Amino acid sequence: MSTLSIENISMRFDLPNGSHVQALQDVSLELNTGELMSVLGPSGCGKTTLLNILAGFLAPTEGQITLNGHKVTGPDAERGMVFQQGALFEWMSVRDNVSFGPRMAGKREKEWRGTVDHLLDVVGLQGFKDKAVYELSGGMQQRVALARCLANDPDVILMDEPLGALDALTREKMQGLVLKLWKETGKTIILITHSVEEALLLGERLLVMAPRPGRIHKEYRLPFADDGVGKDLREVKKNPEFGQKREEILSMIWDMEEEIMGRTEEADA
Amino acid sequence: MIILVIYIVIFAAAFFLVRFGVRKFRQMNDFTSLKTVTFGDESAVRPDRWASVISVVTIFLLWGAFTGSKWVPVHAPGPFVGDAEFTYTLEAPNGDRDDATVFVRVFEVGEEIVKPEIEPGDGFAKNDASAVGAWRSDLILMDKNDETKRDDGAKVVAIDGQPVSEGSTVSVAAGKVTVTAKGALNFTPSGGMQMEPIWLPPPESVVKRVGEIASEGYQNFTLWEHLYWSLFRVIVGFALGAAVGIPLGYAMGLSDWFRGWFDPIVEFMRPVPPLALIPLVIIWAGIGESGKIILLFLAALWIMTISARAGVSGVAISKVHAAYSLGASKWQLMRHVIVPNSLPEIFTGARVAMGVCWGTVVAAELVAAEKGAGMMIMVASRFQLTDIVIMGIILIGIIGYGIDILMRKAESWLVPWKGRV
Repeated sequence: MSTLSIENISMRFDLPNGSHVQALQDVSLELNTGELMSVLGPSGCGKTTLLNILAGFLAPTEGQITLNGHKVTGPDAERGMVFQQGALFEWMSVRDNVSFGPRMAGKREKEWRGTVDHLLDVVGLQGFKDKAVYELSGGMQQRVALARCLANDPDVILMDEPLGALDALTREKMQGLVLKLWKETGKTIILITHSVEEALLLGERLLVMAPRPGRIHKEYRLPFADDGVGKDLREVKKNPEFGQKREEILSMIWDMEEEIMGRTEEADA
Repeated sequence: MIILVIYIVIFAAAFFLVRFGVRKFRQMNDFTSLKTVTFGDESAVRPDRWASVISVVTIFLLWGAFTGSKWVPVHAPGPFVGDAEFTYTLEAPNGDRDDATVFVRVFEVGEEIVKPEIEPGDGFAKNDASAVGAWRSDLILMDKNDETKRDDGAKVVAIDGQPVSEGSTVSVAAGKVTVTAKGALNFTPSGGMQMEPIWLPPPESVVKRVGEIASEGYQNFTLWEHLYWSLFRVIVGFALGAAVGIPLGYAMGLSDWFRGWFDPIVEFMRPVPPLALIPLVIIWAGIGESGKIILLFLAALWIMTISARAGVSGVAISKVHAAYSLGASKWQLMRHVIVPNSLPEIFTGARVAMGVCWGTVVAAELVAAEKGAGMMIMVASRFQLTDIVIMGIILIGIIGYGIDILMRKAESWLVPWKGRV
């Protein structure tokens, strides 16, 4: 079983004025293939830094990441990314965006055409494949980003608030799509979000991080993601256990926020 | 002054005419016309095409009307042309006075002219005849044929019955007469309100010039050759500037070392106006083609470098990250992400650079050249060939505008996503 393991990661940024910021401190984690973990936390808890380290855009000051037994040293096609704002290439059509990964790997069109068409079908954009991406709505652009990531067949998908810029209705639809894709493809997914509800709905595992220094505060294992596959997500939200968990996590994060506020006030005084 | 007043009157009259005349018959109900708040909403201000057409027509009408164009039905009063006369009273030293008449034939400059035939008349002051071109003036030595001359102590004491002395000016039927310090008469026929062709030729003579110079040429080259050479220099200079500037800009956007090395040079050269380089380029490369092309190369180079650098820094980091996570190599990132992403910036820079190059080439040709649009108008201005100058200015303007339109078309065709991201 291939795993993604995060081993004692610490991240420290030195500031020009001599002080430093401890963005992450001693974070360790194991993910099995096919797990979907959502990461929650107040701003400044280092969740985006963690994702950037996983993607290979940043090198941690201590510790290491290994995927399938080898060390992560830089960005690679085995770890796909989905960004908040699509990060699509406007100069390419929808189809060229989705087939970007295979094309960069030097594959011929007949090798990737089937996969790309299938993925466009799955995300519901078959009729838009020759459109320019700037002609699509925000939700559609995000579906292109998902399809583009999947077309490359990565082992791990890292999502940085992928639904954060969408309106509430589109967001709910997209949550269903993410669950469906997760189940169909069996990918390992790490999803960063600001929405407690989203984290509960999508995360098979849920990681709550705490700030200053950024560290793992608590981890949950949740049944809702499995329940929610193929179902109306609003039904899942009606589950009393769901409401109870939501309140619990919300108040946890609120406490952290208040603690931060208190600390800054002390520092100001 | 009067032209400005007429212009303002036409502006206002056309406004009211269009607003309350034409608009009545043509009600539109598109989205913008239904906005009630338009003052302050810039998007609701669309150029009124009627105003644009009337504006251009007005300029030509005024031009024609004040130059006596045959194409324009109404004219400002032109210069006096024809025969005029005035009478002067000569006083002899002994106090005797006698009147004599001066006949002046005012002709259009360039016409063959004969002086009017006159009777000498009686008395000691004899009648005179003279010919003067319209807008010119003529010194009339009226006493040459008189029996008592100025040297004898005679002097003019009145013109058309109006008393005069040395230095004074009086109006007569078709112009003005000034008594010079030495007592002679200087006649200036009235010029009317039209412009003399050597200041501003009528439109038809400019158009005629276009045909003439297009077929016969001016200063050894036809009009098309002049324009071709100017354009050729711009295109070659710009192409070289872009060929060096764009890769340099990319290198500056992608490498610390290149950025550090070229930053001081680019930042220093950018604010130097290309025109200030003309003297140095002439010293180094002379006034031939190579000098012009070096100058235009330098004019385009910094603009293109800076726009390419801005294009690279304008790439959203998430796109770079996305491309790397999709397995792109550095070269693929360059080819598929950085270059296309920087195209809008580069096009903006190219438009600016082409405009600057066109201005610079004309200025460089004004200074020294054997051929080219700027050289053509500069030489023409030395010979007061105003029609060539005006024709040249209009053509230079049209070409500059044409270049900009072509660049915009190319831009919307090549980078359709510009401004829509």
